[in-house]
Amino acid sequence: MRTPLPPTTSVSPAAKEGARDDGPEARDSVGWTSARTIQLYSADAPIELELGGTLGPVDVEYETYGAPSDRKDNVVFIAHALSGDAHVAGWDRDTAKNGRVWRQRKPGWWDAIVGPGKAIDTNRYFVICPNVLGSCYGTTSPTSLDPKTGKPYGLGFPMVTVGDWVKVHARLLDALGIDRVHTVVGGSLGGQQALEMALAYPDRVERAVVLASSARLSAQGLAFNAVARYCILNDPNFANGDYYDKGNGPDAGLAAARMLAHITYLSDEGMHEKFGRRLQAKGEQKAGFGIEFAVESYLDYQGRAFVERFDANSYLYVTRAMDYYDAAASWGGGNLVEACRRVRARTLVVSFDSDWLYTPTDCKDLALALAKTGVRVTYADVPSRFGHDSFLVETQKVGRLLRGFLAH
Amino acid sequence: MTQPRPDQNLVTDRGLSHLPEGLFEQRAAEVVALMKARARRAPGADSSERWQEEIISREIPVGASVLDLGCGDGFLLERLMRERNVRGQGLEIDADQVFSCVDRGVPVIQTDLGAGLRWCADKSFDVVVLEETLQTLQSPRIVLEEMLRVGKRGIVSFPNFAHYRVVIDLVARSRMPVTPRLPFYWYESANIHLLTLRDLLDWAASSGVNIVAGYALVDGAPRELRPDDDLLAEEVLVVVERS
Repeated sequence: MRTPLPPTTSVSPAAKEGARDDGPEARDSVGWTSARTIQLYSADAPIELELGGTLGPVDVEYETYGAPSDRKDNVVFIAHALSGDAHVAGWDRDTAKNGRVWRQRKPGWWDAIVGPGKAIDTNRYFVICPNVLGSCYGTTSPTSLDPKTGKPYGLGFPMVTVGDWVKVHARLLDALGIDRVHTVVGGSLGGQQALEMALAYPDRVERAVVLASSARLSAQGLAFNAVARYCILNDPNFANGDYYDKGNGPDAGLAAARMLAHITYLSDEGMHEKFGRRLQAKGEQKAGFGIEFAVESYLDYQGRAFVERFDANSYLYVTRAMDYYDAAASWGGGNLVEACRRVRARTLVVSFDSDWLYTPTDCKDLALALAKTGVRVTYADVPSRFGHDSFLVETQKVGRLLRGFLAH
Repeated sequence: MTQPRPDQNLVTDRGLSHLPEGLFEQRAAEVVALMKARARRAPGADSSERWQEEIISREIPVGASVLDLGCGDGFLLERLMRERNVRGQGLEIDADQVFSCVDRGVPVIQTDLGAGLRWCADKSFDVVVLEETLQTLQSPRIVLEEMLRVGKRGIVSFPNFAHYRVVIDLVARSRMPVTPRLPFYWYESANIHLLTLRDLLDWAASSGVNIVAGYALVDGAPRELRPDDDLLAEEVLVVVERS
């Protein structure tokens, strides 16, 4: 299964003369983008899943930017985080068709990092990012129709793992005729995919970048995910995951899950700086339970916006995959150093000093385990007040680290 | 913390009479003579900038694995990786310096040396480098011991605080010296554990450590270490091994 590899971006350099500073016409933007979809497994040849069961067909939505070199040795594979998608950079040309209208307001989630002349320079690298199995942005997920029933899978969707995702990623690389990636990079849950790719396919990964991520989620992280799922599972509209043809889904539960998650993405210091105890409406404090503080308003907005763009079942599956991921258990019989002996890639592990979801201590443990095996490893603990979100927000610092690491 | 142990040889406890006849006067005269002789000398070309890197580069076998403790901006490791094809790994506590290492393509782990090298297996590096870092450490003895546990060899360099300029400043002005190679006032200096060449040799002797090779920076130029470099060596570099 091979497909040609023209870039999915279509703004020629000439078209950018006199371009504006932002938007798709900007010189350093990848421009208008269109995702592709590829079927990687079929009903006859399904994927064998790590926790048992099979799934087929599997469609994968992915985007690419830049062009592959003749030897295809310039591939940068980007893995997205929990609520991310394949739309890393540029402006989605197809929002009318795919209904993802929120993309009309802003470019892809890592647009500050990926583009012509940017840290992941699309003049130099061929960038690929797929949507993960179980997520709701075009790759097969609980929202997809189960060919056996003709209805959405819902909770009939099998349990999927980070290992399964990376297996699908490798199959995508096969389909694109790519043997090795120059770099695999991801933040948070994407960082775990980067690590997993370096572990599962050591000969296919030259460099791995693990941002704000470690070999496994902490007990505290598991606890947050448990509460998030509780919110969804106990929403009266959840209907055991079979809510697609009903008027309302578990919107309140999903919004609450997202609000909670957002708290874990920020830091106390960052929240204090951004919101403090400011009241949303100027004037008197009311005595009620409406939205009074600025931070409440922020969370309310984040919850609502998320419901518009994410599926509750997908949230259950993706957070569960995050919970289950444990590199030491998968590859080292519980010993992280033993697991890391598989890695051939040069690795860069980056933590952020205000991140309390994937703490600097956890990230450093991964770096030290890698170092103990003699593999080339760099670990940086970046000063930032943006908490876990730093990997998306601290674009100057992250960009500098990526630029340097990719160049060597 | 180990118990403080009074040095049995402390001069002040026993008075000058304890010293061999005339030794103190002789040493004092030496310092003065050195100062006078050197003060007249026109400041020549100073080859001292990064003098140690030249020597370290020569001392490290091609293809060796090298751990650089407190690797700063990665300048040395980059050179060793380029010229000696070493497998380099740096450790550095300062985030800005870590960024510079990444710019250069030097693998570096941001960590406090005081936290130890527990993650390193015994003899997992051919050479461990401690360049101008020893005197800045909170627990230099632990780091020295860890250096010789994880490395087959150690390379240690440090400013010699018995250098005659330092001694003169201390005695004549009663102030901590500020020199071109020690450019900071006491309250700004990163140097918290000041030591001399003789101190380092004492540590080696008492810890079963051999000095395999030694170099000194004398009058701005590096040369091999001599037994009587106590006052002359501005900086010292030694290659050490467990005996």
